[in-house]
Amino acid sequence: MKFATRYCFALLALVSTQLALAQTAEEKGLEIATEADRRDSGFIDSSATLTMELRNKQGATSLRHVRVRSLEMKNDGDKSLSIFDAPADVKGTAFLTYSHAKEPDEQWLFLPELKRVKRINSNNKSGPFMGSEFAYEDIGSQEIEKYTYKYLRDEVINGVDCFVVERTPTYEHSGYTRQIAWINKKEYRPEQIVFYDRKNDLLKTLKYSDYQQYLNQYWRAGKMHMENHQTGKSTLLTWSNYKFRNGYKDSDFSRNSLENAK
Amino acid sequence: MLKSYTEWLLKWKYAVVALSLLTVALLGYGASRLGFTNDYRVFFSADNPQLLAFENLQNTYTKNDNVMFVISPEDGQVFTAQTLEAIRDITEQSWQIPYSIRVDSVTNFQHTRAEGDDLMVADLVTAAESLGTEELMEIRRVALNEPMLINRLISKDSAHAGINVTIQLPGVDQMKETPEVVAHARKLREDMMQKYPGIDIRLVGIAMLNNAFSEASMHDGQTLVPLSFAAIIIVMFLLLRDISSTGAAVLVVLFSIVSAMGITGWLGMRLTPPSASAPIIILTVAIGSTVHLLVTIMQEMYKGMSKHDAIIESMRVNATPIFLCSFTTVLGFLSMNTSDAPPFRDLGNISAFGVIASYIFTVTFLPAIMAILPVKATHHVVGTSPMIKLGHWVVSHRKKILPFFTVMSIVLILMISRNQLNDIFVNYFDESVPFRVDTDFATEHLTGTYSIDYSLDSGAPENVSNPDFLRKVEAFADWYRQQPEVIHVNTITDTFKRLNKNMHGDDPAMYALPENSRLGAQYLLLYEMSLPYGLDLNNQIDVAKQATRLSVTIKTISSSQVLALEERAKAWLHQHAPELKTEGTSPAVMFSHIGMRNIISMIKGTTLAFILISLTMMFALRSVKYGFISLIPNVLPAATAFGIWGMAVGEVGLALSIVTAMTLGIVVDDTIHFISKYMRARHEKDLDNQDAVRYAFRHVGVAMWVTSTVLIAGFLVLSLSAFELNASMGIMNSMIIAIALILDLFLLPPLLMSFDKRSREQAHNEETHI
Repeated sequence: MKFATRYCFALLALVSTQLALAQTAEEKGLEIATEADRRDSGFIDSSATLTMELRNKQGATSLRHVRVRSLEMKNDGDKSLSIFDAPADVKGTAFLTYSHAKEPDEQWLFLPELKRVKRINSNNKSGPFMGSEFAYEDIGSQEIEKYTYKYLRDEVINGVDCFVVERTPTYEHSGYTRQIAWINKKEYRPEQIVFYDRKNDLLKTLKYSDYQQYLNQYWRAGKMHMENHQTGKSTLLTWSNYKFRNGYKDSDFSRNSLENAK
Repeated sequence: MLKSYTEWLLKWKYAVVALSLLTVALLGYGASRLGFTNDYRVFFSADNPQLLAFENLQNTYTKNDNVMFVISPEDGQVFTAQTLEAIRDITEQSWQIPYSIRVDSVTNFQHTRAEGDDLMVADLVTAAESLGTEELMEIRRVALNEPMLINRLISKDSAHAGINVTIQLPGVDQMKETPEVVAHARKLREDMMQKYPGIDIRLVGIAMLNNAFSEASMHDGQTLVPLSFAAIIIVMFLLLRDISSTGAAVLVVLFSIVSAMGITGWLGMRLTPPSASAPIIILTVAIGSTVHLLVTIMQEMYKGMSKHDAIIESMRVNATPIFLCSFTTVLGFLSMNTSDAPPFRDLGNISAFGVIASYIFTVTFLPAIMAILPVKATHHVVGTSPMIKLGHWVVSHRKKILPFFTVMSIVLILMISRNQLNDIFVNYFDESVPFRVDTDFATEHLTGTYSIDYSLDSGAPENVSNPDFLRKVEAFADWYRQQPEVIHVNTITDTFKRLNKNMHGDDPAMYALPENSRLGAQYLLLYEMSLPYGLDLNNQIDVAKQATRLSVTIKTISSSQVLALEERAKAWLHQHAPELKTEGTSPAVMFSHIGMRNIISMIKGTTLAFILISLTMMFALRSVKYGFISLIPNVLPAATAFGIWGMAVGEVGLALSIVTAMTLGIVVDDTIHFISKYMRARHEKDLDNQDAVRYAFRHVGVAMWVTSTVLIAGFLVLSLSAFELNASMGIMNSMIIAIALILDLFLLPPLLMSFDKRSREQAHNEETHI
């Protein structure tokens, strides 16, 4: 009998493993993305200061200082407002984005010298974000629908246990064929993303570091370093002064708000 | 000593042959590591100032290595739904070309226009197939009025369009990378020509240029090397009429080439079209020594000597001259190391390896194999009696010959000044190379391969949008656009003007530079934010936003015209914008300076070679006087050849800067042979100077014309090269050697006779003084 019981348990274990395995790599990938999205939901709004350092292959650099405000949207990409503080000539320039998963983002730019808000109508999500190695599609909010997913394996990088997930952009004009993301198993936050260009060649690597947790829930990286392997250029984004639940309203992210953004 | 060495050699003949084969195999194995360079930059030394300036510019801005598809629809009209669809399709497919980072064409041009307060940024052409006449007209109007496109990606008559693929090679293994790019582009071209039968497609650009260098080298290797071997085999057989000795000579040459190329491989040197011509040069130069050795063996055997004795006698008579000739030839080749262009240093060194190897094999392997092989010497070496007659003629006409040659030489030397420096890298390839034909076509119908780039500095970071600065850049661009040599000017000021217009509701009156720095900087930010994938500001503006690149595309013009244009531009800057003054840079500028730089660098090498070779001559002849006399027939060939070149061609370039040094070591050989025979006649045989000249003609005349003929033939084979540098080097070398032969036969004897006292007594007295 004992043997039979044992046998039954073993069989049960085997079946359940098989069931677990029956979950396809695609399903597991989606599950990880969904969990990451769930954990990052509900922050409502945030503000932060961003320093952007552009660096070319020879090491020449330039700096930009931007304040960024974000408003969380349900069932759509977030809205964000960026206000330039430096260089001096572009101080006061403000940039408003409504990001979308599969459609082109909506963008407005306020040029203080022209004293006008201009809407920029383009489908250049794959274009560079403010001249950096980040594309708009890298920096915008990461909606689940932006990609299809495939879980590849588990891997430890930099001492962090990660899921390795392949993501394929659903946006038609994406600059990538695929991305490989290393997602922290414990916190469901990205540690590293590798980007492959339209010919499926290695293009860029994005590394997240100096993570801090806010409101006991939301992880934000203090540093995001993007390296372009093809051109040798890189961009370092340094985030500071994160503040959450500032009580922003939808009207703070409207076209009219741009002119008064300070 | 030589006798006992040769006896020893012949005793161990089998071992010597075996050891030779083993050496060749070991050295030759290195040839499997040989590769071809495919980068035009190899023509410039690492410290070449024009290269450094250009690399500095390329490091500051996005590199502009590229492949361009030139699209020519049969109906001569790009703006049709079918052709635009084809261009859109090829543009799309071109993103798949390895190492491409950006594709630009008339279809994906980011057209910006204002719609109220909306700025619309979109591809100029999206769904091409469904375009109606009106839309096509509008696209045409936009394209033909866009300074970024006209004469760059679309021709003025809208009959041709370009698709430009920017390539960023990782540079890990360019040997593989460039061919990968080219192979993909060619496959795409073929596929697309099948898919769109009414459209002709050509490939141009820097990647194609780079690839042409390696293809030209390989092409030469596959066609000219066998051809030169065939020529040598025929000449040797006609001369020697014996299969064994012909075979032995060919083996010596083959071993020398294999050894030299093997060493090159072991040293990890990459072949370039000039250095890839080394096998032909080695073959040509190395055959001389074998001729001397073999001819004496045949002559002695014909006289009735045994083969064994004939070999020993031939070694006794020839070993020293062969050593001296090889030594001077090696000196000449090594002096090419002072060249500013590394491919010619390589050519000099590889050829020197080959000549050293050929010397070694000639005094080891050749006697040994001749001792083994059956040899029949049934006929007298051709040309001996005409040479004797020629000797008589020269002696009796010496009084007329001398002034004739003096006048001729002076006239020809005066003609040297007719040569103009010219290095047009596009024309380095002849019309058998597709790159040349396609580039000529593109330059005539669409846009040029030649360019001059400027990095204009605004003086401070973030200052590039300063209106004062931009106005000067604009004026400079406008000035350039008025120059007849110019096809296209790419400048950031056009972008500023377009944005200003867009920001003011597309009002044509607002197509002007922004009024102040802040507005300019904000436009730039707007522009940056609207750029598509693969493009960033870095194409035209440096990271610090301090400087901007102005790119001028020009027709394929001569070096002096490039330099003159650049000089005019500098003068304009000096007058109108002195704070912007800078050097223009580009491959065209680099190649325009390369001829002069090499001539200057080779003056040192040529002088050094000249001194060393003259000293060798004096030492070899054991006479300062004869050494000095020998200078005349050694120096005159190159000088007069450049005079003839000045009359016939009038253009010299990179390749010709090295021929003087290269041929010096070769032309002295005949002089050494002739003077040493003459001296032997005077001192050993106790003949007077006229008889001594006749003696020299009889004994060395044949060998002189035979070796010279072989050299001329070998270098003429090189003149068939599709690579112009090799071809002109081949022609020039042939000419120099031909002139040297003429001078050695006609001018040297009268010189010897007039400088040398006639009587035997005086000859004896002189000998005791030296």
